Amino acid sequence: MAILTKEEAQALLKKVLSYSKADECEVFVGGSIGGNIRTALNAVSTAGETDTTSLSVSSTFGKKTGSASINEFDDASLEKVVRRSEELAQLAPENPEHMPPLGPATFKDSITFNADTAAMTPDTRADLIAQSMKATKEAGLVQAGFLENSSGFSATMNNKGLFAYNKSSGVTFSVTTRDDAGSISGYAARGFTDIKKLDTYGATKIATIKANASKNAKAIEPGKYTVILEPTAGAYMLENMFRFDARSAEEGRSFLSKKGVKGATRLGDQLVDEKVSIYSDPFNPDLPSGTWSGDGLPLEKTYWIEKGILKNLSYSRYWAQQKGVKPVPGPSNIIMEGGNSTLEEMIASTERGILVSRLWYIRMVDQQSLMLTGLTRDGTFLIENGKIKAPVKNFRFNESPIIMLNNVEALGKPERAISVESYRSYMIPPMKIREFNFTSLSDAV
Amino acid sequence: MKRRDFIFLSGLGASAMMLPDLSAFGRSIDPQQLLDPIDIKTKKMLADIALNSAKTLGASYADVRIGRYLSQNVSTREQRVQNVSNSESFGVGIRVIANGCWGFAATNDVTKDGMAKTAARAVAVAKANAKIGGKPVDLAPQKGYGEVSWKAPIEKNAFEVPIKEKVELLLAANAIAMKGGANFVNSGISTINEQKYFASTDGSYIDQDIHRISPNFSVTKSDPTTGEFQTQSALSSPMGLGFEYLTPSESEKVKGIVTRYKQRYDILEDIAQATRNVGEKLKSKSVEPGKYDLVLDPSHLWLTIHESVGHPTELDRVLGYEANFAGTSFVSLDKVKSGTFKYGSEHVNIHADKLQKGSLGAVGYDDEGVKCGEWEIIKDGILVGLQATRDQAKVMGLSASQGCCYADGWDSVQFQRMPNVSLKPGKTPMSPDDMIKNVEKGIFIVNNGSFSIDQQRYNFQFGGQLFYEIKNGKIVGQVNDVAYQANTREFWNSCTGVCDEKDYRLGGSFSDGKGQPQQVSAVSHGSSTARFNGVNVINTKKKIG
Repeated sequence: MAILTKEEAQALLKKVLSYSKADECEVFVGGSIGGNIRTALNAVSTAGETDTTSLSVSSTFGKKTGSASINEFDDASLEKVVRRSEELAQLAPENPEHMPPLGPATFKDSITFNADTAAMTPDTRADLIAQSMKATKEAGLVQAGFLENSSGFSATMNNKGLFAYNKSSGVTFSVTTRDDAGSISGYAARGFTDIKKLDTYGATKIATIKANASKNAKAIEPGKYTVILEPTAGAYMLENMFRFDARSAEEGRSFLSKKGVKGATRLGDQLVDEKVSIYSDPFNPDLPSGTWSGDGLPLEKTYWIEKGILKNLSYSRYWAQQKGVKPVPGPSNIIMEGGNSTLEEMIASTERGILVSRLWYIRMVDQQSLMLTGLTRDGTFLIENGKIKAPVKNFRFNESPIIMLNNVEALGKPERAISVESYRSYMIPPMKIREFNFTSLSDAV
Repeated sequence: MKRRDFIFLSGLGASAMMLPDLSAFGRSIDPQQLLDPIDIKTKKMLADIALNSAKTLGASYADVRIGRYLSQNVSTREQRVQNVSNSESFGVGIRVIANGCWGFAATNDVTKDGMAKTAARAVAVAKANAKIGGKPVDLAPQKGYGEVSWKAPIEKNAFEVPIKEKVELLLAANAIAMKGGANFVNSGISTINEQKYFASTDGSYIDQDIHRISPNFSVTKSDPTTGEFQTQSALSSPMGLGFEYLTPSESEKVKGIVTRYKQRYDILEDIAQATRNVGEKLKSKSVEPGKYDLVLDPSHLWLTIHESVGHPTELDRVLGYEANFAGTSFVSLDKVKSGTFKYGSEHVNIHADKLQKGSLGAVGYDDEGVKCGEWEIIKDGILVGLQATRDQAKVMGLSASQGCCYADGWDSVQFQRMPNVSLKPGKTPMSPDDMIKNVEKGIFIVNNGSFSIDQQRYNFQFGGQLFYEIKNGKIVGQVNDVAYQANTREFWNSCTGVCDEKDYRLGGSFSDGKGQPQQVSAVSHGSSTARFNGVNVINTKKKIG
C-alpha cells in the first residue's frame, strides 16, 4: 500500500471505527517504504528495499483493553480486526492504569516530510554511494559505509473524536575510511529530512582527512583531561541523560530523584552549568518532529533544562492524574543550545587537552550517578598550546554526563548529529569540557 | 552489544530520526492465532514464484525467506499486570545475486503478485549497485536438500500455556519480593517463535520451527535515609527451550553462597534470594580498587566470552565488513592460519556449536540453507577457527560455509552472525567451592552488569551484580561498585582453571546487535565457573548533586 494522504487515512479510519461496539476504540494505521546500501572494502556489501503497512485496533470495555492488527484492507478484514480486538478485550485483565482516550484536538501540520527524499530510488542511492567511493579512492583509502532513506505515514483516530496524521521522510549516511593495513580510521555521519542537503562526497572527504591525520598515533597516559567533544561524540554521550521521566524520579530511582527526600525530585535545581539549555521543538527546521504524541497530546516546544536548571519532567497521562498535574509528553526531539565559540577557537584556547571525534560502546555503570563507560574512536588528537599536536591512541573513559555538563568551559553552534549506536539524531553543539576522566588506554583503531 | 531500551524517547522514533519500524513485532494478534501454522504447500508455491521471477530477470542465484515471527510478552509490576502483548510479523525477504552483486527486497504483501514484484525489486537493486563495481560475490558451493524440516526439541510450547498461568506465576514472585521488603519489583516472561521457510535456487526447501523463552525480574530496594538504591535481576537465562524451563528441578541447581540454575529455573526461589541479596548489597562496603583474582560464574562469564571471543572471531569483522559500525577485530586471517596465536592459557578451549540443546542459537539450518554443526575456535589456548558464511568461506580456505548466516526478520537481509560460542569445562574435577578455597584475595562475580569493549576488542570493562569478596579461601561478604578492566589476550591468558562439566551452564541474550540497519540475534554462551588471576578492578562510585 502506498503512503496514504491525510484524507485517505481519515476515510479508512472512519470506516474502521464504524464497525466498533466497544466503550472506547482507537485505531492506528502506519506504513513505510525505504531502502539502504551498505559498503565495505570499496564495494557494495548488501543493499535492500522494504515496504510495510499495518493497521491496529484497540478496543476497551471498562478498564479491559484488547488489541489486534492486520495488513489487509478490504471491508471484511477491517470488520474482522475490530471484532477480534473486542473479543480480546473481554478476556483481558483489568488495567488499573488505563486512561480513557482523548477527544478532538487540533494539531499543527508538521514539517517532517520531503518529497525529494521520498522519491529516492536504488539508482539515486547508488549514485550517492559512488560519490562517496570517489572521495575514498582519491585519498587512497578503503571505506565501509551505510546510506539509508525511508518515508512513511502514521495516523490515529478514536471514537471520542480524535484524529491525527503525520508523514515524514529522512536520509542518513555514515562512512568509515581506513588504510589497507587498518592502522588509521576516520568517520563522518550526516542526517537530513531533505536529501538535497546530503553531500556524500564532502562528508567522506572529512572522514579521509581524519584518517590520514591519525597516522602514527602515540600513547599518552590516561587521566583527567580537558576535552573538546565534536557533536558526534557529544550526542552519543548525552543521549543517556535525555530521560526526564517524572514517575521514576518521584519513585526515587532516577538520577533526577532528590536523595533522601521521599517523592521529591530535582525539579527547579541547578542540575548543570548555566551555559546548558536543552529543549524539544517539533518545528526545529534542522530536526523537525511530529506534532502529536502516541496518546494524542499535542507536542509543543518544551524546555527540559534552561540555564542549567531542571525545568520540566515528563508526566504520562496516568501519572499526571495521580499527581494532579498537567500531562507532559516526553521529548519528541532534543536540541541543545550552543554558544559562540568555533571549534578552532576552542582548540586555540586549550593549553593541554584532547579533541574527540567519536565515542564508542557507551554503557551505564551506575544509574544513580549516570556513570557511563565507553571509548574514543576514529580520530583522537592531543592539543597542546592551542594547537593540534599529534594523533593519540584511544582511551576508555568513566564519566557521568551530569558531571560533564557541570564542567562546561565553552559551547559552539549546534549541529544535527547522529548517535553512533541508537542512530538517532540530535542537535548538539561542540563542547569544551574540563576534567574528563579517561581511565585506561586501548590499542584499537 | 545489546540494543538498549529507548522507550523513553518514543516520540523521537517517528520523525526526528527515521520512521517507525512497523514490521518488527508491530502487529498485535489474537493469542489463538499464535498456534495456527501456515500451510507448507502454499509457502512452496509462493517461494517458487519468487525464485522463477528472479531467475527470469537475470539473477544467477536467489533465496526466499517467508517468515512468521511471533512474540508474546507478559509483564507485571508489584501486584499488577502492566502489559500483555501478542504480536506477529509476517512477510517475505528475497535475496538475489545479479551481475555479481547482492540485491534484497522485502514486503509484507505475501501474495503471488507480491512475490513477483518483490523479486523484481531485488534484482533491480542488485543491478543498480553492480554499476559501482567491486569484486563479484563468490559463494561456497551448497547442495540443495530438497524438502526438509527442523523443529526445536521443546517439551511444552510456551504459547500454549494460558496467559493467566504466566500472570499468576509472576505475581506470586512479586509478592515474595514485596514481602521481603522490596520497594519495587518488575517481572516478565518473553517468548518467541520463529516459523521460517527458506527456499533457494540450489534446490532447498527448509521449514523450521524455533522457540525461545526468557523469564526475568528486577528487585529494587532503597535506603530511605540516603536515597541510595540497588537492583538485582534474575539468575535465569534466555534459553532455546519451551515453558518447561520454568518447572524447577533440584538436579538442575548449583548450590552455594547463591543458588544458580542450569536447564530448569526456579523463579520463586530465585526472587526470594535476590530480595535478600539486594538488601545486603545496599549495606555492603565499596570495593578497594586494585588487582584481584576473579572467580567468574557462568551467569557472568557468558557475556565476557561473547564480547571478547565471540565478536572478535566473526569473519566479517576480521575482513572489515563491520568497520563502519560494530568495528573490526584484533584477530587477522594470518593469526588464525599461523596456528600459533596464543589467545589464552592452556585451560582455554572454546568452540562454536549451532546444535547445543537448550541454546538460543540452535537451528537445523542457517538462513542461507546450510546445515549447522560444531567446530573449534580456540584449542588449548591457540586460535584455530573463525565463523563464516557462504560468501566468506573461500576466504578462509574452507570448502563450505560454517552455517553462520542469520536475519532477525523477513524484512532484514541475512548476514554473518555469531553461533553459540562456549568455553569447554575443565577435565579435572573441580566445583566452584573448590576453586574459591584456593583464592587468597579475590572476588566471586555472579550475573552480568554493564559491559563495554572497543571496536577491535582489545580493551574491555565489565560490571556484574553480585560481588563476593574472597579472603584466604573464604567468602567474607558482598562488596559493591565493582568493575574490571582488562585486555582480551592478557585476560584469557590469566585463566588458571575452569570447573568441571557438573558446573556447566548457559547464559545468553535475545538481543545481540550488529549490522546496518542494526539487527539483533539470540545467542548462548556456555561455561563452567572459571578463575582469572591478577585482574585490574576499579571502583565505579561517584556522587552527583
